[in-house]
Amino acid sequence: MKQQDIQLDSQGRLRHFLTIEGLKRNILTDILDTAENFSTVGTRNVKKVPLLRGKTIANLFFEPSTRTRTTFELAAKRLSADVLNINISTSSTTKGESLLDMLRNLEAMHCDMFVVRHNASGAAHFFAKHVAPHISVINGGDGSHAHPTQAMLDMFTIRRHKQDFTKLTVAIVGDILHSRVARSQIHALTTLGVPEVRVIGPQTLIPKDAAGLGVHVYHDMKEGIRDADVVIMLRLQRERMQGALLPSANEYYRTYGLSPSKLRLAKPDAIVMHPGPINRGVEIASSVADGPQSVILEQVTNGIAIRMAVMSMVLGRGPEEEAEE
Amino acid sequence: MRIHIQNGLLIDPAHQIEDIHDLYINDGQIVSIGKAPDGFQADQVIDAAEKMIFPGLVDLQTRLREPGLEYKATIASETRAAAAGGITTVCLPPDTSPILDTPAVIELIHRRNEAAGCAEILTIGALTKGLAGEEISEMYELKRAGCVGVTNARAPIANTRVMRRAMEYAANYDLTIFLHADDHSLSEGGCAHEGVISTRLGLAAIPEAAETMAVARLLMLVEQTGVRAHFCQLSSAKSVQMIHRAQYDGLPVTADVALHHLYLTDMDIGYFDSNCHVIPPLRGQRDKSGLRDGLLNGTLHAICSDHQPHEPDAKLAPFCESEPGMSTIDTLLPLALRLADETDLSTPDIISLLSFQPARILGLDIGHLGIGARADLCIFDPEARWTVTPDTLLSQGKNSPFMDWEIKGQVVQTLLAGKTVFKR
Repeated sequence: MKQQDIQLDSQGRLRHFLTIEGLKRNILTDILDTAENFSTVGTRNVKKVPLLRGKTIANLFFEPSTRTRTTFELAAKRLSADVLNINISTSSTTKGESLLDMLRNLEAMHCDMFVVRHNASGAAHFFAKHVAPHISVINGGDGSHAHPTQAMLDMFTIRRHKQDFTKLTVAIVGDILHSRVARSQIHALTTLGVPEVRVIGPQTLIPKDAAGLGVHVYHDMKEGIRDADVVIMLRLQRERMQGALLPSANEYYRTYGLSPSKLRLAKPDAIVMHPGPINRGVEIASSVADGPQSVILEQVTNGIAIRMAVMSMVLGRGPEEEAEE
Repeated sequence: MRIHIQNGLLIDPAHQIEDIHDLYINDGQIVSIGKAPDGFQADQVIDAAEKMIFPGLVDLQTRLREPGLEYKATIASETRAAAAGGITTVCLPPDTSPILDTPAVIELIHRRNEAAGCAEILTIGALTKGLAGEEISEMYELKRAGCVGVTNARAPIANTRVMRRAMEYAANYDLTIFLHADDHSLSEGGCAHEGVISTRLGLAAIPEAAETMAVARLLMLVEQTGVRAHFCQLSSAKSVQMIHRAQYDGLPVTADVALHHLYLTDMDIGYFDSNCHVIPPLRGQRDKSGLRDGLLNGTLHAICSDHQPHEPDAKLAPFCESEPGMSTIDTLLPLALRLADETDLSTPDIISLLSFQPARILGLDIGHLGIGARADLCIFDPEARWTVTPDTLLSQGKNSPFMDWEIKGQVVQTLLAGKTVFKR
């Protein structure tokens, strides 16, 4: 049964931004190009463009987040939108007010856009399915499903360093099973034409049919990282030591942590990425995280431009319209 | 009350009848087929020309939500939907509130059904007290109160010794044990089949082994205790093979499949359609074919609805947080009959899987149209066309995974013990 992609309008433009899956390459390239145009705003004296003046954006965070929430907030403010930050502890929703009731209340406050982060896979789709037609939803991370703006800022960072996606080997290392970032990255990389996407991790942290996503699965880090142009390390949640997924952080670091010696197996000009927050000495050595090949802090900076691009595109205003304001 | 049903195409798999015959009912019983009994004066004549007449269906698992969850559905609403779907007997599992572990609750259900019901309700009693999996229930009392079997529904029995004792005790009173194969430690927290879809959508997965591990463990215990066991709603091809092998080895085991597992796979979840959230989960294409094969080769003996009506709010949540279960009672018969177009099963085979064979699993003399049998039957218009919408579903639960499907065939009248309980 073919379902209509609810994140596109009838003209095929972005109406919500929920997942990379199903989006065509030209939309992803548009996002990257638009972000390129926005990337200088942060270095100007007046760090603002008036594109979304008069619009109200609500950041609905059902899960704690610093980086994602603040970069969304900064992006919205640089576009001159009004921003509401609402942190909701999930326990208060599961036990009392339903998600839908909360949604109706926020709609009544006349918001134009919701940025949603939630610990349940599918939460962003759920919101998008049920919001009033004038409201757009941006997925700020839903469960283990998707984190599309993170993936796009990673693509932006890769493009700045490597230009041509169609010649790259990209290795994603760590807890793929629980990672919404990895899922979105995989869709973005394959859509942008990366010929070799590898996922590396112990069998307990690789989902069952990962190969079905169009990636090559490696359980040996040294093999998987060999000749990679881009190495993306994922955060390892401490709670994975429970539930028999991993024996210890120590053993994990020895086998899948990115040490300088393992990094030497990648291409000499390989870049090292991490969506943050990093666990030094668990998934990555400090010397690598802070080393010359690391672009981890650039990723954070690029997050603002990407989020500006997505917000303005979803609300129908590109930077080219700035002049008309 | 004497009823004469004329000109209908009678399909009675138990007696290999598939022909146009008149049917005569007196005092709630079928008294003749073909020729009127001597001196038969009908009080009522029903013309069933162009229609089919089936034995009333026997559904091995139907949740009515009463007692305890009347905001989801009631005995009145769901037995009426059952009758409208040609189902004259439903089996109620014990996970109601209060749980069916004492005769008093069972009497309550029968009293309520006498007042409001349109179908016969058979109760399956709790295997352990409170379904807690610790102490065995008063199975003798439950049997005396009318329970047709015992089950722990989907509540886990972690302790294998308790499971073994429960089987022995059930065998002692000649009770059939209804088993839901689930290794709880493997399925806990999951909401979708472990495969491409759960991987893509990032949904907590339930591996095939959650079912096959439990089937293996339970088969070993069945072999040792000699209990008559029925496996409910198998979802994987591998389990079907295991049951097939056990039957070959002579174990007294039967099994059924829920209709939705014969039509839907995890692909139907699409982008998080919570109406496709069900336990056991919709599995892969190979499982769907394996289950269909299980019907063809006789490993699976019945198709049931596994009907679980919900109020709308139960499904208004992100996929894993929505309540599992599908409203399927309205669509059971016409969708099952569609298998005749898609598989080598004939219409009588399918009717048998919905009536005579489940009746045999229950050890009851229903589900057929023999002389002297209780006059449970439905009259079916095979050419009627309708669309599944919230309005066309009679169940109070509108959580159908088949929403907007075009359906061919519809029940026009249902008789329970000769009494019309539904007429369109």
